[in-house]
Amino acid sequence: MNYSKQEYSDYSNKKSPDSPLLKDVLFAFLIGGAICTIGQGVSDVYEVIFRLDSESVKTATSITMVFLGALLTGLNVYHKIAKYAGAGTIVPITGFANAITSPAMEFRREGWILGLAAKMFVVAGPVIVYGISASIVLGLFYYLVQVL
Amino acid sequence: MNKKSGNQTITFKEPVSILSCASVAGKKEGEGPLSKYFDKIMSDAEWGEETWEKTESKMQKTALSRAVEKAKVDLKDIDFLFAGDLLNQCTSSTFAFRGFGVPFLGVYGACSTMAETLGLASSMIDGGFAQKTAAVTSSHFCTAERQYRFPLEYGGQRPPTAQWTVTGSGAVVLGKSGGQGPFVTHFTAGKIVDAGISDANNMGAAMAPAAAETLVAHFKDTERTPDFYDLILTGDLGKIGKSIAIDLCGEQGFDLAPCYKDCGLMVFDLQKQDVHSGGSGCGCGAITLCGYVMDCFRAGKLKNVLFVGTGALLSPTSSMQGESIPCVAHAVALSANRE
Amino acid sequence: MQYLNAFWVGGLICAIAQVLIDKTKMTPARILVSFVVAGVILGGLGIYDKIADFAGAGATVPIIGFGNTLAKGVMKGINEKGFIGIFTGGTAAAAGGIAASIFFGLLMAIIFKPKQK
Repeated sequence: MNYSKQEYSDYSNKKSPDSPLLKDVLFAFLIGGAICTIGQGVSDVYEVIFRLDSESVKTATSITMVFLGALLTGLNVYHKIAKYAGAGTIVPITGFANAITSPAMEFRREGWILGLAAKMFVVAGPVIVYGISASIVLGLFYYLVQVL
Repeated sequence: MNKKSGNQTITFKEPVSILSCASVAGKKEGEGPLSKYFDKIMSDAEWGEETWEKTESKMQKTALSRAVEKAKVDLKDIDFLFAGDLLNQCTSSTFAFRGFGVPFLGVYGACSTMAETLGLASSMIDGGFAQKTAAVTSSHFCTAERQYRFPLEYGGQRPPTAQWTVTGSGAVVLGKSGGQGPFVTHFTAGKIVDAGISDANNMGAAMAPAAAETLVAHFKDTERTPDFYDLILTGDLGKIGKSIAIDLCGEQGFDLAPCYKDCGLMVFDLQKQDVHSGGSGCGCGAITLCGYVMDCFRAGKLKNVLFVGTGALLSPTSSMQGESIPCVAHAVALSANRE
Repeated sequence: MQYLNAFWVGGLICAIAQVLIDKTKMTPARILVSFVVAGVILGGLGIYDKIADFAGAGATVPIIGFGNTLAKGVMKGINEKGFIGIFTGGTAAAAGGIAASIFFGLLMAIIFKPKQK
């Protein structure tokens, strides 16, 4: 082969079709938007019917959306929507539930402890690690600003 | 008595006879264009087993048992068995044949395994070390997916360059040049080629340079040109890899286009089956060879075939460490005639 | 109106993530991590609450909202408990989502088996 690595990389990129950006983005927008609209409906139910305070409404909505994401994953449906939705199903909190539930289901065969439970965080773990760490860093700044 | 031609090709003095072949294909593959050529089509991804790993072993067991039966030989007549697959430590193969009592040689060539085991098993016979040998390989969508990518239920999106791992297993039983053939006449062992691609979702582009390298070496070593063959068949380059392989061989003065196909584009219907750039995996080349190609030989539709298995030698660890993907391709020349 | 805002803001956040996936080959896990950290930063600066007031679930359901919850939680924790709040505030505020994900994940894995697509 008479190509350098860079030349071959450029050449193969030219040969490889790009993801259909417009279609992908449109589906992500529509389905992601639809999931958030459902979330709004759930939130209103807790606010209007159950008359929860605003903090509890948010928490209850998260828990409900997480449940729906986990259930649709269990029912073998979530990844079928995700094939079209892409980021539209990854970014909402239902996608976080999917990222936890899918390895838990998959690795159950490797046992309850080191299979299901340990592998549960294989995709979503980093979100917790960096989310909580970022909040602690923020907290340190906030605390210092308050003290000083 | 030098059996080596050129730099990397073995020419068998007594062409080795393919006594029989058998193929086991998954459900999706059984719905594809090659369905009528498979010996067995699985009802579902589990096929009555508790884990997909067990299913994959069962596929290999079934393929070899069926091939042995078709060749009308006994398992104990197999002097050496060459087998491999994609999973860590090649457990699909070793677990499949732990009860078989046949001398076993495990081979790892990623998706090039069918060509590699076929070449090695033929060499054993031509070298006079064995009367009968067998070559087996398999891949399973679910076992490969969980080892290399994400859990099945995980909602990810595949880019258009991605390929779909074929669920399938193929087995070949070889013997000294008796029988009606077809015959294995040459084996070109490939060099490891790393073109610097690190995107595991673009295996075709990663493997194509290795395929071109082996093809060109084969043509030079055997002093043949592509038009000697009725069919040149690469294992699993897919749509992008195939078109790159044509370009790369063309630049070296070998025009593949008239007789060139890729198993990854034959096993599935790319329009209807949503496999993006085509099929991949050890099983992709294996079921195409053991099903379709063998059937065409038997029907007299093919005289000379060059089968090139293409393998991407990455691991989940190497991918995470950001390494590029080294690849290898091995070629086996098959002929209807014992020239 | 709240529903319309939830739809287009939520959709827009997902669309941005999709552009990043297609154009930069970022993996979904990287997207999630980047978005949650972005949520913590926007929450810390007090910007995200303004978006949430406007878009409701369109801002709280995407994973950035999870980051915002962590950020607001840690500040509230510090206001109420001082130094210890740096460590307890964020996680306490996000506890519902995390606990639900773990428990429902376990539950679904007990009930259902994965299937090939």
